[in-house]
Amino acid sequence: MQDIKKESITIAKIKRFFPESILEVNLADNDDCIIIKKEANVEVLSFLKTDADLLFDGLMDVTCVDYLKHPIKRKERFEVVYQLYSYSKRHKIRIKCPVSVKDTTIKSVSHLWKSANWGERETYDMYGITFVGHENLKRLLTHHEFIGHPLRKDYPTKKRQELSANDSLFDQMDVLLKKKGLK
Amino acid sequence: MAHTPIKPQELEKEFYKDLHTDLLFLNLGPSHPASHGTLRTFCALDGETIKASVLEIGYLHRGFEKTIEKKTYNQVIPYTDRLNYVSSIMNNVGFSKAVEKMLGIQITDRCIFIRVILSELMRVADHLVCIGANLVDIGALTNFWYLYNQRETIYTILEKLTGARLTNSFTRIGGLYRDLYPGFEGDIKFALKEIEKAIMDVTKLIKKNKIFLERTQDVCAVSKEDAISFGFTGPCLRASGVEYDIRKAHPYYYYDQFDFDIPVGQVGDTYDRMFVRFEEMYQSISLIRQYMKKLPGGPINTDDKRAAMPDKSNTYNNIEGLINHFKLVFEGVEVPAGEIYDSTEVANGELGFYIVSDGSGTPYKVKVRPPCFYIFSAFSDMIEGRMIADAVATLGSLNIIAGELDR
Repeated sequence: MQDIKKESITIAKIKRFFPESILEVNLADNDDCIIIKKEANVEVLSFLKTDADLLFDGLMDVTCVDYLKHPIKRKERFEVVYQLYSYSKRHKIRIKCPVSVKDTTIKSVSHLWKSANWGERETYDMYGITFVGHENLKRLLTHHEFIGHPLRKDYPTKKRQELSANDSLFDQMDVLLKKKGLK
Repeated sequence: MAHTPIKPQELEKEFYKDLHTDLLFLNLGPSHPASHGTLRTFCALDGETIKASVLEIGYLHRGFEKTIEKKTYNQVIPYTDRLNYVSSIMNNVGFSKAVEKMLGIQITDRCIFIRVILSELMRVADHLVCIGANLVDIGALTNFWYLYNQRETIYTILEKLTGARLTNSFTRIGGLYRDLYPGFEGDIKFALKEIEKAIMDVTKLIKKNKIFLERTQDVCAVSKEDAISFGFTGPCLRASGVEYDIRKAHPYYYYDQFDFDIPVGQVGDTYDRMFVRFEEMYQSISLIRQYMKKLPGGPINTDDKRAAMPDKSNTYNNIEGLINHFKLVFEGVEVPAGEIYDSTEVANGELGFYIVSDGSGTPYKVKVRPPCFYIFSAFSDMIEGRMIADAVATLGSLNIIAGELDR
């Protein structure tokens, strides 16, 4: 087994400023990873983005993992995963927030990074995680009439659904036009 | 460079005084020759100006991530071909590299060198297609033939090497499908010369072409801050002036030991995106030559028993070899429980694989971070206030590949 890596500055800072939000720090895997309470996600992430030593200016990806059939049992079924990267400091970290199946909501970070807009929409589409505060939380990859969330482990691979009507997209267009004062 | 055209409303005020105009709604796509894939852009138009637009994707969604949860790691590789199908070997390499890192397998030097040579060759092919198609959108058809012919040269080499033109499936976990064929070096040398000639021909045609410059300069520029916030990577990010390339920032496969530059744009307009790609092709060609020169001998597959098939003599004469063989065929490469996010610099930017393993031979979850997914999310903001023709020219320069966009 490789020896445990030295704690990075990012983890040290989160430990110092948000000691009660941390659930677990994982240094054994290949990248730095920290699991925090979902209630604190916006505070921690906006701190990571703005702190002068850390400057995580890029949110590379948002996704979720469904641990329903994983051999290692966890307290909560879902974990929302944020991959952060700092273009200026050249370091990265993975932040994970456990979300229970009874309350699949988490606060949106789409006001911090523009990439969170589509990242969260896809996660909602695939796992049914509701990002509270997202302006336009609509299905992204599947059809708008689709029922269920396909990447959940209890969604059968071979299930079929009949989908017909086109999405007029006027629901989004109206919001946009009103915002621009064109309607 | 940019000039706002005088609106007819300003010239003939009397005539337009009582004329009431409405916004016109128009669908660009999902099936449209200039949209390079099934993308739908729903626009609100005022004349030819796009006032607002909404994007709809997912027309090519085929459940990539769901499907591969039931496949062994080696069976996933053909599926990765279909992500960015213009440069499929780069996806193979990206996925294999992530899994190998999880396993802690050291692949052989010859394997690394061949992977890099092919990846850079694919980068050139990808850029040739992107620039060629983009120039067709602007109306410069001749350039398309110059560039596409050379893409054919590359594909002919790949056909000889892998047996397939588009979906190569060339890597395996811990190695490659097969070694280079005799005469590969000569073919590569010839191809690189031809490609350089084609790029020269095209740049000569467009570099001082007034129509080209007017159509591309200052069109749909993306600022540094926006590019970073939208999660841009690759040529589109570098065109906006951010010097970030994974090959330099976090070197893998000996990229730090070879000499190459990262071209960076200034304003982030269509022109910059295009010329960053032109320059990257020269850098890739130089990299291929350097790697070819130092190509080491030796085996292409690792001898690590967890991933590599045992020798045939071992399988037939030795019980351990036989068990090893059957385990690998039936259960696949078993990856220890854990997770990883590993990324490589592909033609479009950062291709990341987030893999969660439960210790079995099939991945528990794989999330692909396709570079053009986040680039395309900015398209709506980029084309706002521009003409339809600008939107088409810009879409070509972003190089959106629906295969990896929708997965």
